Amino acid sequence: MKEVVILSGKGGTGKTSIVGSFAALAQSKVLADCDVDAADLHLLLNPSIKEEIEFWSGEVAVIDDEECTQCGLCQDVCRFDAINDFKVDPISCEGCGFCSHICPVEAITMMESLSGHWFISDTKYGHLVYARLGIAQENSGKLVALVRQRAKQIAEREGLSYIISDGPPGIGCPVISSLSGANLALLVTEPTLSGIHDLERVLGVCYHFGVPALVCINKYDLNEDNTRQIESYCLSQGVEVAAKIPFDNAVTEAIVRGLPVVEYSQGRVSQEIESLWQHITCALDTRANKPNA
Amino acid sequence: MIISVASGKGGTGKTLVATSLALSLKERDNVQLLDCDVEEPNDHVFMKPAFTRSEAVSIPVPKVDEEKCTYCGKCAEVCAYNAIAVMKQKVLIFPELCHGCGACSYLCPEKAISEEEKEIGVVESGYSGGVGFVHGTLNIGEAMAPPIIRQVKEHASHEGTVIIDVSPGTSCPVVEAVKDSDFCLLVTEPTPFGLNDLVLAVETVRQLNIPCGIVLNRAGVGDGKTEEYCQKENIPVLLTIPLNTEIAGFYSRGIPLVEGMPQWKVSFLELSDKIREIVNERSSDTER
Repeated sequence: MKEVVILSGKGGTGKTSIVGSFAALAQSKVLADCDVDAADLHLLLNPSIKEEIEFWSGEVAVIDDEECTQCGLCQDVCRFDAINDFKVDPISCEGCGFCSHICPVEAITMMESLSGHWFISDTKYGHLVYARLGIAQENSGKLVALVRQRAKQIAEREGLSYIISDGPPGIGCPVISSLSGANLALLVTEPTLSGIHDLERVLGVCYHFGVPALVCINKYDLNEDNTRQIESYCLSQGVEVAAKIPFDNAVTEAIVRGLPVVEYSQGRVSQEIESLWQHITCALDTRANKPNA
Repeated sequence: MIISVASGKGGTGKTLVATSLALSLKERDNVQLLDCDVEEPNDHVFMKPAFTRSEAVSIPVPKVDEEKCTYCGKCAEVCAYNAIAVMKQKVLIFPELCHGCGACSYLCPEKAISEEEKEIGVVESGYSGGVGFVHGTLNIGEAMAPPIIRQVKEHASHEGTVIIDVSPGTSCPVVEAVKDSDFCLLVTEPTPFGLNDLVLAVETVRQLNIPCGIVLNRAGVGDGKTEEYCQKENIPVLLTIPLNTEIAGFYSRGIPLVEGMPQWKVSFLELSDKIREIVNERSSDTER
């Protein structure tokens, strides 16, 4: 079993459209949506939920007014400025519990909060594990780890060959949680200066965690000078550009219809994504033999 | 006045809106642009600022004096993030999990734990053509953006207009960047992905009790459901930017929209007027 995670650094470069198409093209796989903040893959795959699981995490301090003597020690020690006038601001509280340990009258308890839900579902393309982090909640990295873990269990149980994970934008906690230990990262970029800048940073994260990477330039024909710049950058880094996908309104039209683009159009976009998936399976089956975590 | 620019979904045009709003407003107000997307900051690509100051951002992580340590395990017990493990004759510290709360050092009965600063990123500040500019950059391989966002926001001026560019999503980095704003602009595109993530972003700013309005980018692509949603939820659409290859071309080359197409300045000034009106109305409502 091999795991490929699709990342981009910059948001909105086309990760989910590409993963949705891989879902339709790949045999023997399970899908994981690791963008737990703003999951969109289910909008293309129309899942029926088989199991919904609560995600309890992220404790928050609660002060018992009756017990509190207003000594102010909790306010002094809190480094997140989460306690003011002997009230806890649950949004600023990082759940460290320092205040609950030092309160001289034990007036502070830590309460676990419901931080989101995750779902195991079936789609016409196979199983999909995805999640919805509660609004303004922390611990997205933990929820990502749960989604990946369950996808792996399903793949092992059913003897499936691939885990395809749709990753979040950025390079921080949920990205690291999506990436570490994966066999391969596909980095989707676009030919804009922002896209190039963000690609360099997310590639740095792949190096840092020892995960081999392939690059896909999406909408490459929107600025061919920038595309050449990305190609020469990738060459200098020894990273292969595995696909160049042209701009086509069909991609958005497919999203509006709730379909993977390869099921909607037979145009060049779909051909490129098909050959990209071939490329990835080759890379997974040959180069990325061992997980690098 | 602090205006944050957020979106839920990535790549909808936050950077385009934040930079063009700052450049349009600078002619009539003191303007500061704070790029709080510290994982992937991009505003500097467009603003090409001259930085005058650079400061490291660090969080305090524990350091154990093994001479004093009795391996009692108290530190591991109080750490909510599993950043300390105590073995028979060894204490292991995982700095990447540490949030720097300070509980372990304070509560160590032997006073064996001190704190040392661990650098996780950098904040740079300077100017770009009359706009005050600050951005933060998270070091590669580091997980925690909020401490850097907090430090960027400490530069916020109390006068004039402060524009905050926010990272995509709805979790802690977004909350950290958006909170304390007077207004939050949500940039979206009229597709099912854009709408799905917009709904989440609206719920987030409502939870923070911040008024919001919409910038509809790439209008013409997708469907009409985003506008229906805004109407139903009574969220004003304050600016519409069409899907246009000329606009996309300037963006791809790192040229702010109002510099490439100065005719857009009027629209961004109107946008800021509408925001000011909403914020003033709201503050007079609360005074009443």
